[in-house]
Amino acid sequence: MTSTHYLVLSAALFMIGVFGVVTRRNIVIIFMSIELMLNAVNINLIAFSLQWGNSLGQVFTIFVIAVAAAEAAVGLGIILALYRNKETINIDEMNVMKW
Amino acid sequence: MMVDQVVIPALKILIVLNAVLVGVTFMVLLERKVIAWTQARLGPMRVGPYGVLQPIADVVKLMTKEDITPVKADRWVFSVAPLIALIPALIVFAVIPFGPEVSLFGRQVALYITDLNVGLLYVVSVASIGVYGIILAGWASNSKFPLLASLRASAQLISYEVAVTMTLVSMIVSAGTLSMVGIVNAQESQQVWYLFVQPLAFFIFFVGGLAETNRAPFDMPEAEQELTGGFHTEYSGMRFALFFLAEYANMIVVSAVATTLFLGGWLRPFPNVAALSFLDLVPAWCWFLAKTFVFLYIFLWVRATLPRYRYDQLMRLGWKVLIPLAIANVVVSGLVKVLL
Amino acid sequence: MADVITFYTLAALILIFGLLVVTTRNTVHSVLFLVADFLAVAMLYASMNSLFVAAIQVLVYAGGIVVLYLFVVMLVNLKRPPEEVRDPARQTGLGGVLAGVVLAELALIAVANALDPPATDAASSTAGLTEQVGLALYTDYLIPFEVASVLLLVAMVGAIVLARREL
Repeated sequence: MTSTHYLVLSAALFMIGVFGVVTRRNIVIIFMSIELMLNAVNINLIAFSLQWGNSLGQVFTIFVIAVAAAEAAVGLGIILALYRNKETINIDEMNVMKW
Repeated sequence: MMVDQVVIPALKILIVLNAVLVGVTFMVLLERKVIAWTQARLGPMRVGPYGVLQPIADVVKLMTKEDITPVKADRWVFSVAPLIALIPALIVFAVIPFGPEVSLFGRQVALYITDLNVGLLYVVSVASIGVYGIILAGWASNSKFPLLASLRASAQLISYEVAVTMTLVSMIVSAGTLSMVGIVNAQESQQVWYLFVQPLAFFIFFVGGLAETNRAPFDMPEAEQELTGGFHTEYSGMRFALFFLAEYANMIVVSAVATTLFLGGWLRPFPNVAALSFLDLVPAWCWFLAKTFVFLYIFLWVRATLPRYRYDQLMRLGWKVLIPLAIANVVVSGLVKVLL
Repeated sequence: MADVITFYTLAALILIFGLLVVTTRNTVHSVLFLVADFLAVAMLYASMNSLFVAAIQVLVYAGGIVVLYLFVVMLVNLKRPPEEVRDPARQTGLGGVLAGVVLAELALIAVANALDPPATDAASSTAGLTEQVGLALYTDYLIPFEVASVLLLVAMVGAIVLARREL
């Protein structure tokens, strides 16, 4: 397996995530698509770590996972707060900055 | 080559899975007997002498019962949930070391399926998947008691998982390895069971284990008096049996991991006392099974003795007592390791 | 040969589950496919001999983050039907075409600049071993590591403040 295999896989997974973000209106699903994109990035990092025999890629994967955990916690908190105020999780209905 | 890489691992997997499933069915009998004896009753006595064939009757009953799916249930998730609960409980056994390498029919055979270099992390991460079975079972039933029970169960599992994982970190500090076999070998070379090195970690691990397997006194998710039957209220027949299997298999997992980490796995008692070397006549895997059995008995004993916690008491115990203690334990083990 | 079969099987699983995540109507099913996808990615890491990251992927992503998603979906989805509002202005086809074009471009770049196969194959690579990762993490990358822990603390406080009913 060369790194190119992993890069193409990762690009495909990333584009699936992009497709989810631009076509779905359910904010939870948009969040999950972003997680898919982060995973695509991680596959890249691990593939390059293998390519150069260097642990750096692994370390950055761990940082990405930590950031993803933080992002999920805050993002889901925002979704819950929005849902409590507007009774919706459709992103098109969340179009005002203040109410 | 072929024999070493395919036949022997397949045989090991077959033996371990069968042993676990048979063990689970007899655990149910043992539980009923132990609780009966605690309460000065006899327990099941009708099927076979002293009721020893009761598990077979139970299995036949569960398999022939009608399998009901509620009309409003999410069919797909409803059928998958029991499997999601059971499979993680079974695949954890891949890294449990039942014994050292022995020679069997002129061939070196290790008495464990595999020795991952991240064995302990594998146990924790696979166990964390099991919570999906419970959440999804409650949600898919589309019924209010299962939903409440599954929310309770998942909150409980997630809270206690933090404390248990923290104690495992201090065990890693002591042993200097993540491999399950390596941890037993470390106890052999340091000449001590880690129960005596890390008594606090052992206590937290055991309480967390009770909570993670949803056993009394933490069996809130199945509290019959409050929630009718817990997250599996709507299940019947074979699917219900799968949840049952998962719960008891999880008990065996917790006992086996506790044995490996704290009671020296397959090592005989007092591995440092030469005068007791006649104990080596007993095969190593027998010691492992005996120690695991002691833990399983304590599980039943606790259930027969202690009343159930209230939900807020359970959460307070988890977050305000066990997690701070576990973190303090990590800090102290680290300091001891660096300074001594 | 075995590693080729493993790679293509896992790649197929990852992409199929990924597509199911973004196309399924029922949000809970979508979350389930996300778990399956993360488990497949973890297996891919394991096949690349990065066992530590594989275990962390299962423990943190599949066992932690996605449980949060499931909770939120169950909280916000209880009273509404699983289907979301159909919006005629939504151009799913256009989105798919755009994603496909960018994917083709990225794949073209990756293939045209194909890297040599790594000097060591995955099975004997030591870059993913826990010891190597730990050494790199706690020596060269100690400060980023501490920053990450502060970030997690901030996120925890933020999530609690946001999710509280009244302040």
